[in-house]
This record gives sequence, C-alpha cells and structure tokens, in this order.
Amino acid sequence: MRECLITTKGLSREEIVEVLDRASEIEMDPMAYSKSHSGKIIGLLFYEPSTRTRMSFETAIKRLGGDTVNMGTLETSSVAKGESLADTIRVVAGYVDAIVLRHPKEGAAKMASDFIDIPLINAGDGAGQHPSQTLLDLYTIRKSSGKLDGLNIGVMGDLKYGRTVHSLAHAITKFDSQLSFISPEGLRLPENVKYDLESSGSEVKEYTELKDILGTLDILYVTRIQRERFPDEDEYRKVSGQYRINKKILENAPKHLKVMHPLPRMDEISPEIDTTDHAIYIEQAHNGVVVRMALLDLMLKS
Amino acid sequence: MTDKELHVSKIENGTVIDHIDAGQGMNVLALLGIDGSGGESVSVIMNFQSGTVGSKDIVKIQNRELNQDELDVLSLVSPDVTINIILDYEVHLKHRVQRPKEVIGILTCPNRDCITNTKEPILSKFNITDEIICCEYCGTHIQDVAQHLS
Repeated sequence: MRECLITTKGLSREEIVEVLDRASEIEMDPMAYSKSHSGKIIGLLFYEPSTRTRMSFETAIKRLGGDTVNMGTLETSSVAKGESLADTIRVVAGYVDAIVLRHPKEGAAKMASDFIDIPLINAGDGAGQHPSQTLLDLYTIRKSSGKLDGLNIGVMGDLKYGRTVHSLAHAITKFDSQLSFISPEGLRLPENVKYDLESSGSEVKEYTELKDILGTLDILYVTRIQRERFPDEDEYRKVSGQYRINKKILENAPKHLKVMHPLPRMDEISPEIDTTDHAIYIEQAHNGVVVRMALLDLMLKS
Repeated sequence: MTDKELHVSKIENGTVIDHIDAGQGMNVLALLGIDGSGGESVSVIMNFQSGTVGSKDIVKIQNRELNQDELDVLSLVSPDVTINIILDYEVHLKHRVQRPKEVIGILTCPNRDCITNTKEPILSKFNITDEIICCEYCGTHIQDVAQHLS
C-alpha cells in the first residue's frame, strides 16, 4: 500500500482489492488485529465538520490498539491565529505516526503530503476527493453484490461538487462496471473528471431523469444536492425535488437494486426506504470502521 | 533605413522571438516575466504582415539570452514560435520550442477553491500533455492559457 492516500485516481485495482481483502479479514476476526498497532497515534486534522469520517477513523485506530490526537475546534487552535496548513502539518507530523486530513480547499491533502514524510490520508479536500469513503463504498458494493465487475451503477445528485462521486468514479474505472450519472444539467460531472474517465476507456452516460435508467441498475448511489449551490430557494426546491427517491419510485427498480448514500442525507431518500431490502446506507457507514482499520493497518506497516 | 522598410532596428546581442501568433506578443512577455523592470531593452512588433504566415507578432529582447526551459513555455500560447539567439548582430542559434511536460509558478489555477490560490507557501504546478494542461493539486484543466498567467 502506498504511503499517502490522496486520490483514487492513481490507485490500481490490485491496491484497492488489497484493502478490501484486508477489511474482510479484519471483519471476520477483529481480535486478531486488536493489538496490531499498540502505541501508534494518529493525528486527526479536520478543518471542516465531520461525523462519520472522523469517528470511524478514531474507532478504527482504537480497535487496532492505537490512539488519536486532534487539534480540537478551529477556534481554539492556531488556525484561528492564521497559521498555514503547511506549518501545522509539519508540526503535527512530529507528534504522530500518521495524519488524517480534511480541508475545505481542493488539493490541500496533496500539498500537505509534500511537506511531510509520514502517511497521510485525504479525508476530503473541498469538492475534490474522498478516497477512504470510496474504499468503504466499494467494500459495501462487493459485500452486497458479491463482485465489483459486471455491475450497472447509477450515481445521482450533486455530481459537480460531490467529492465522494469523483473518487468513486475514478475507482470504478479500475473494474469492468458501467457508471451512469443522473443529475440536473448544472450539477453534472466536472469536465476534468469526465476527461479522466473517458481517457481510461470508460463510457460516461449522463441522464437528467432517474426513470430513464432505473430499471437497469444494480446499485443506485444517491448524494445530497446542496442548497448553497443554488442562487435562490425556489430553484433549489424545483431541482432537488426531482432527485428524491421513495417507495413509489423504487417500484420500477429491479428487486435486487441496492441504494447507497455517503450520508448525511437530507430528504433525498425517504425514510420509508430504510426498512426495505434496497437500503444499505447504514451498513455502508458501519463498514467505514473495518475499511479504515484495513487502510491504517496497511499504511502503518508499509 | 526608412520607416517604410524597417519597423525596429536589429539588436546587437539578445533574443528574437519570431512567428508568434498575432495578438500573443504581450502574453509572450508575460510568460517570460518581462515587464520592463529588469532593464532590458524590449521591442514588440504586433500584427506584422509576413508573406509566409500572414499576420504575426515579433519580440526582440536586447542583451538577454533565454534558456530552453524559459522558451518552451511559450509554446503554450504560440506553438510555432521560432527563437533566434543573436550575437554581434548575427543569428548565432536558431531553434524551435517544445511543449513542456510541466510548468511551475507561471500559471494561476482557474479553480478559486484550489489550495494554490491561498496564502500557503507553494507555487502552482500544471502537468501538460498534448491534450490538456492540468493542475497538479486539484486536477482542474486550463483551456485558455493567456487568461491564467500569474
């Protein structure tokens, strides 16, 4: 496993499968790993809010026998005094064995990794990438479908600013599965991501209506359409309403369709779906722990 | 010498950048970081009518010999430029430019949320292929180089 995980773009199929296989091993026998990283400390640097990512990384290292330190809230750290990320990351790198970084600026993790020589995991850089989320997404898909090849995967919502979408799209190109993208015109995949997908030989299929593709899907990956991306409330309501799913909409879906979501959701998935066989988004969030345990295990050993 | 025949006199020593796409002369200077503050004597001829290529720009820089890395950057705004290194009024060397594989600190990322557009102590870096100019940090592509000169 590579020393830093910044983006899924450069990950090979073998590297992805290595993490997923290790996660499976850990899930089957977690006690075998419970002391594998005793004494190791991970620095959690979160410049943006996080619940699942931060807590699952924290849980992951603790279940491996290690511990975490963090910089607290931005208001109580040196960030409030105007300290640069470059300075903060170099200082913290002297305290810990690896760093997990979330930052609002795209490319922040790449820049940070250039300043240090310990492992760093990008836990989200603005609208850029969120590679560890993708690994748990792929783990969830493999667990529920038994494979990562030969699937039709629909990705719906905010594809322009959704970092989980960008990371997932890059990673899926390493497998023989088809991605279809469903979104409003103004929230389609960024041109540079589309270019990367097409350059890797993938066909980019774009839709504005879920009903045009729903019947063919094995996986529907839903993301939140963010209110702040729209100039006014009316426009937001008009657009977001077209990308909500409920039981009635899923009547036209294949029975085996699985619905995923990186969470948090607002109202894009009706709670009535939660109790159906389609819903795997809570399990998806739970998988974050074993996948991040696997990631940390491999990175700290390399 | 008459004004009708010659726009700018020959230079004794320095660099003549010829066959610049018409309208790109000032961008060539910007890419080279030449704004007059360095003291060089610089001449820019814009929309010169050439029998072979039609309209073109020419830049002459007195007493400065530019290296290949500096000159290759010019291919981003004008791929067909030719470089003449002048010594004692004669063309000493003549060569073309090649598209560089990367440029550092020369272009600004168009993505306002890119880490390179902050106060962090880093220079912009773009990776270049035949098809794209791509930010090393955020992956954004630059379409129009002239719009994003640092």
